[in-house]
Amino acid sequence: MDIIDQGQGTLFADPDPDKAREFFRAKNRKMENKVMNLKDAITKYVHDGDYLAIGGFGANRTPVAACHEIVRQGRKNMGFAGHTATHDMEILSAGEIYNRLDVAYVVGLEARGLSPCSRSYLESGKVKVTEWTNYSLTARLKAAAMGVPYVPIRNIMGTDTLKYSAAKTTKCPYTGKKVVLMPALYPDVSIIHVHEADVFGNSKFRGIAVSDLDLANATRRLIITTERLIRHDEITINPSLTRIPYILVDAVCEVPFGAYPGTMPYEYFSDEDHLREWMAVEKDHEKFKEFLSRNIFDCKDHDEYIARNGGPKKMRELRAKELLLHKEV
Amino acid sequence: MTEYTEIEMMICVAARELENGATVGVGTGAPCAASMLAQKTSAPDLVIIFEAGGICPELPEMPISVGDSRTFYKAAMAGSMGDTMEACSRGLVDYTFLGGAQIDMYGNLNSTIIGTDHQKPKVRLPGSGGANDFASFCWRMMVITPQDKRRFVEKLDFRTTPGWLEGGNSRDESGLPLGSGPYKIITNMAVMDFEPETKRMRVISINQGYSLTDVQENCGFELLTASNMVETLPPQENELHILREEVDPYRYVIGR
Repeated sequence: MDIIDQGQGTLFADPDPDKAREFFRAKNRKMENKVMNLKDAITKYVHDGDYLAIGGFGANRTPVAACHEIVRQGRKNMGFAGHTATHDMEILSAGEIYNRLDVAYVVGLEARGLSPCSRSYLESGKVKVTEWTNYSLTARLKAAAMGVPYVPIRNIMGTDTLKYSAAKTTKCPYTGKKVVLMPALYPDVSIIHVHEADVFGNSKFRGIAVSDLDLANATRRLIITTERLIRHDEITINPSLTRIPYILVDAVCEVPFGAYPGTMPYEYFSDEDHLREWMAVEKDHEKFKEFLSRNIFDCKDHDEYIARNGGPKKMRELRAKELLLHKEV
Repeated sequence: MTEYTEIEMMICVAARELENGATVGVGTGAPCAASMLAQKTSAPDLVIIFEAGGICPELPEMPISVGDSRTFYKAAMAGSMGDTMEACSRGLVDYTFLGGAQIDMYGNLNSTIIGTDHQKPKVRLPGSGGANDFASFCWRMMVITPQDKRRFVEKLDFRTTPGWLEGGNSRDESGLPLGSGPYKIITNMAVMDFEPETKRMRVISINQGYSLTDVQENCGFELLTASNMVETLPPQENELHILREEVDPYRYVIGR
């Protein structure tokens, strides 16, 4: 195959499908109870140096509690998929847990502005960066989910995004058209937050999937955090609603409000005041340290974090906002 | 005379570009406001699509994120990023609105870094996000942006997102889907399109209160001018009313 053009970026994850198959061959297929607390799940499945991916979309159905726990446990030298990464990245940057980064969307919190903490970490030179786009990373996860080493797509050609990626351009043998090859991305470990899961890991979520279905298939290890545990027969009574089957799942952690301060569709809206507080306090090094102690390091778990930020009353307010109760007349 | 702000002006002008029945891939902010305004005025059957998977929602209010629950409220489908971007790749999506820290004369955009050292940039910006994808795939890419010399530059620090690349036939030769590309650039001062041969940015209408000299002085490269340059139709009473009362009553976008 003739390579017409290629990016100079580093490929942080091995796209070899046979190496992935070897891993999946050994993966536990037993339908057994995988419920554990989040602390133990992170200890057991998230290791220094691993390549990590986070489900959801930045501050929407994002496993925030798991991001806090990773920072609390002081993981280091990780690779990270900066795919639609907003508040999740802000937390992981605060802990400086990663040193190599695939960029699709990073640093920003969309309409809310840029995170000073994520920005300065990337501007420090301590992080090795390879550029992609949102759909490029989706396609890379899709390739991994398919068990193939790459998929050809048609974006990024002619741009510096290609030049600083690790993609390669070639000619399609059928049509003669140029295509860009997106190498499969098999994360070592991923975390996805859902509405409901049974003890085996069969999971249901509502609303947009973002890239989570491909991510769940692509990742070597998968931790599910769930708003609620449900009985297994609630899965089997209507299996067409299952989004993630148990065979992909290594651990199930029940974490109510686990996406707070982000949005959980149909459950609670994002806490914009708290997200603003994050971004404001990041500008002052000392204040930020205190803020992180109060909200992450001195918190035993997510329940304590919620309690320190308004508790049940705040959660009821965010639920009303999510349900648009202010529009009911 | 009706009073209006520059952001209101840009949103109204952008909304008129979207014809009824078209599909548009949007982000938060002005693009979303323009699309909602179009739906409530001239294009009730405009199909709004969000990159995170929301397809054809009835937006109850301005989303904060392109993945928040507003983006699939009463939607036809709460899909995935693949659903959206692959629809774009197949040629089903007509328009998209983008922005960036820098734009050049061919409509290429930078949203990645300011500075020249990629591994240690002066300013790190979010990167492509879905911008490169939308600009690669959607038939017509538009930009809504304030106009100044720091933004309209001769040379981008980083070409994140494709416009007409180096002009002429370069985009067709690049391998990007044929027939797609930048269409209109809507600023506080003027509306630009691209001259068909060279693919260079060209002023086609100038907003009230500005002259061609203003437009050129606030641009870091030489602009072409259309032979039949006109004055941009200012926002109309009904457009402003709907924008202020129905589209953005909390002034999330127009209050900035």
